[in-house]
Amino acid sequence: MPLRASLFVTPEPLPMRSSQLGETPPFWRDERVLRIAAQLLSAALMILALYWAVDNVRTAAQQRGLSLGFAFLKESAGFPIGESDIPYDPSDSFAYAFWVGVVNTLKVAGIGVLFATLLGTLVGLARLSSNWLVSRIAVAFIEFHRNIPLLVLLLLWYRGVFTKLPRVQESIVWPGPIYLSQRGLYMAWPRLTSESAPFLVSAGVGVILAILVFAWLRRLRETSGRPTYFGAASLGVLVICLGAGWFLTGGNAFQADIPVLGGFNFKGGLHQTPEFAALLVGLVTYTAAFIAEVVRAGIQAVSRGQLEAARALGLDYSQLLGLVIMPQALRVIIPPLISQYLNLVKNSSLAIFIGYPELFFIGKTTINQAGRAVQVFVLIMVVYLAISLVTSLVLNLYNRRIQLVER
Amino acid sequence: MSRKFIPVFVLLIILAMVMAACGGQKAATPAASSGDSGVAQEPVIQTVEVVKTVVVTVEVPAAGAEQPAAPPAPTGYGAIVQRIKDRGKLICGGRTDLAGFGVLDANGRNVGFDIDLCRAIAAALLDDPEAVEVVAVSAAERGPALQNGEVDILSRNATWTSSRDAQWGNFTWIWFYDGQGFMVPAASGITSIEQLDGATICVTSGTTTELNLADAFRQRNLEFTPVTFEDTNTVYGTYQEGRCDAVTSDKSQLAALRSGFADPTAHTILDVTISKEPLTPAVPAGDDQWFDIVKVVIWGLINAEELGVTQANVADMGSSANIQVRRLLGTEGEWGQADLGLPVDAIAKAIQAVGNYGEIYDRHIGPDGLNIPRGPNSLWTEGGLIYAPSLQ
Repeated sequence: MPLRASLFVTPEPLPMRSSQLGETPPFWRDERVLRIAAQLLSAALMILALYWAVDNVRTAAQQRGLSLGFAFLKESAGFPIGESDIPYDPSDSFAYAFWVGVVNTLKVAGIGVLFATLLGTLVGLARLSSNWLVSRIAVAFIEFHRNIPLLVLLLLWYRGVFTKLPRVQESIVWPGPIYLSQRGLYMAWPRLTSESAPFLVSAGVGVILAILVFAWLRRLRETSGRPTYFGAASLGVLVICLGAGWFLTGGNAFQADIPVLGGFNFKGGLHQTPEFAALLVGLVTYTAAFIAEVVRAGIQAVSRGQLEAARALGLDYSQLLGLVIMPQALRVIIPPLISQYLNLVKNSSLAIFIGYPELFFIGKTTINQAGRAVQVFVLIMVVYLAISLVTSLVLNLYNRRIQLVER
Repeated sequence: MSRKFIPVFVLLIILAMVMAACGGQKAATPAASSGDSGVAQEPVIQTVEVVKTVVVTVEVPAAGAEQPAAPPAPTGYGAIVQRIKDRGKLICGGRTDLAGFGVLDANGRNVGFDIDLCRAIAAALLDDPEAVEVVAVSAAERGPALQNGEVDILSRNATWTSSRDAQWGNFTWIWFYDGQGFMVPAASGITSIEQLDGATICVTSGTTTELNLADAFRQRNLEFTPVTFEDTNTVYGTYQEGRCDAVTSDKSQLAALRSGFADPTAHTILDVTISKEPLTPAVPAGDDQWFDIVKVVIWGLINAEELGVTQANVADMGSSANIQVRRLLGTEGEWGQADLGLPVDAIAKAIQAVGNYGEIYDRHIGPDGLNIPRGPNSLWTEGGLIYAPSLQ
């Protein structure tokens, strides 16, 4: 093939920047200078805006005679709190009352996250089911709970369901005994006695041994290929240790705390209020709807070839999900799941409308009793920020571990 | 192409932020524009001056000759009054959901025992009892609303306590003497507080009610479980459902809300009073002139009932034989209207708009309304606690 004539013609020089030619442009046109200058200027403006905001609060507080210190936290709170898992008395300080609120929030958030994940995964898988009825029910659940404001849902559960249960004197009785009424759920609960120590020690030893056995046997199965029933074995170890502990204490490790109907209410046993129940159920169903969609997105993100190959290998549904689909889907699911968990924690602040004394509710009561709005809101924000940052930190670490390592 | 525009965008954003910052600064400190540096330099002295001036102002009417030598007004004196006059209406923090005290009538107009005070003040200061905007504030919001000056006056059956006086603002003059009580279903047969041992009690959060309940039960070594809500309606709704054995609040509020129940006769208010609840209107701190104006209007309405001036006869009483009446209504003498920036017939206008204290009481919570007996709210001449200094 003949060479083209254009090969012997010097090409036109391409338009080049003066910096590429080796000449520095004037600084007001130099991109590197402009870039740095813009960043410095924005940083300076942000600091200025922040300083102005803080100064505004300080000047306004001075003008109106408001104090901005945190010393008021040591004063006695004076107000009662409806329910708390740690002992509280109105003579305790504001700081301790605040702490009660934090514990209540963590309790609702922890249990809520657990159940929301379970329910959400279940509903998400149901949505993808090939059974027409199951998938339609899942769709109905998801669409209903996603499109109704959470506050409306909470009020529906509280005013419409839990306070409409029968009166205390006519409680629903289940074997246990478990009493269900509009005052809440009362059930018999084991309480520790003075002789429980040997049982607790052997239970602790049993848990540690079970974990070790589980890990060792599983490693053994992966290296040798022989079936070692690591699940059953570790469970057996745990049961043996618990049994030994029970035998040692002669069966006196626990004492049944049975609720007894007094003048107004039951006394004794484990008590869960309708406020807590309504908040938990409302939060769990609401967040589960969103988590279901996240799970569905994750599963659909796994390429269809994986599903077909797994079927070709003869894996059944649970093996398919557990070994092939979910490990790959989790990479897509975790980041939006973190957002849903944080939403659940923050949404728990709506408990103020149904009377559950969590952090925000106790904070607002403190503002009204102590009069320091700015400080209390700063504290509330700091606590929510701390909870959210810790949650997202832990989950992001897990996310990084399961990420695909690409070239 | 787009890269060339980045510096232009940055410049525009910087300009916008600068304008927002400058504009915001001017709006945030209107009253202290001249005194801004003064406030920042000597805050402690300003606080002392306010305390001093309260004492001086009360004594000025008695020694009018000292006026040329009076100390200069502190920053904030008259600021709220000027704001009200410029705005043309009074912003009254009140209730819209408590029968008798602050509620909306069938036409959507705010009426009530507390609202009428705001109308009286508007009539006295602005010559128009309708120049009132009632802002509903919840029990939790009323403190901050007053601290920030979002409302000019809080007429919302708030109890006067020392800590609230220190934190929220200035409490003016007791408008209604009340006490805290309990309401139980009549069928329960409870008659005393000791019978409520172990009960579940519904209460509104962020109120003195909550604190008094805890104190009363602790004092008597009784136990109870509180169920608290921020919204009063939820409290009483939940009580009616049976979730609580009793509900506690000021007795006037219990009576008012019971009147709205499906069956008011099925509930009794116990004959137990566990606290003093002097319900008092409050104003934001810092403006002594406004503080004095509100007090003087309340005194005017109480003195009018004492002297027999009513809404019907106020037009004629201007020429009454009683010197005190003529002075009250402004047809003779002075009681400090000029110092306070009020027209001479301010009290006459207020009475014309809403009547005297007794008429306001009867209209909303007397025989024509909730039918709460006057009891401690009778005039001092009839054995009650309603007493006001003379306007002279």
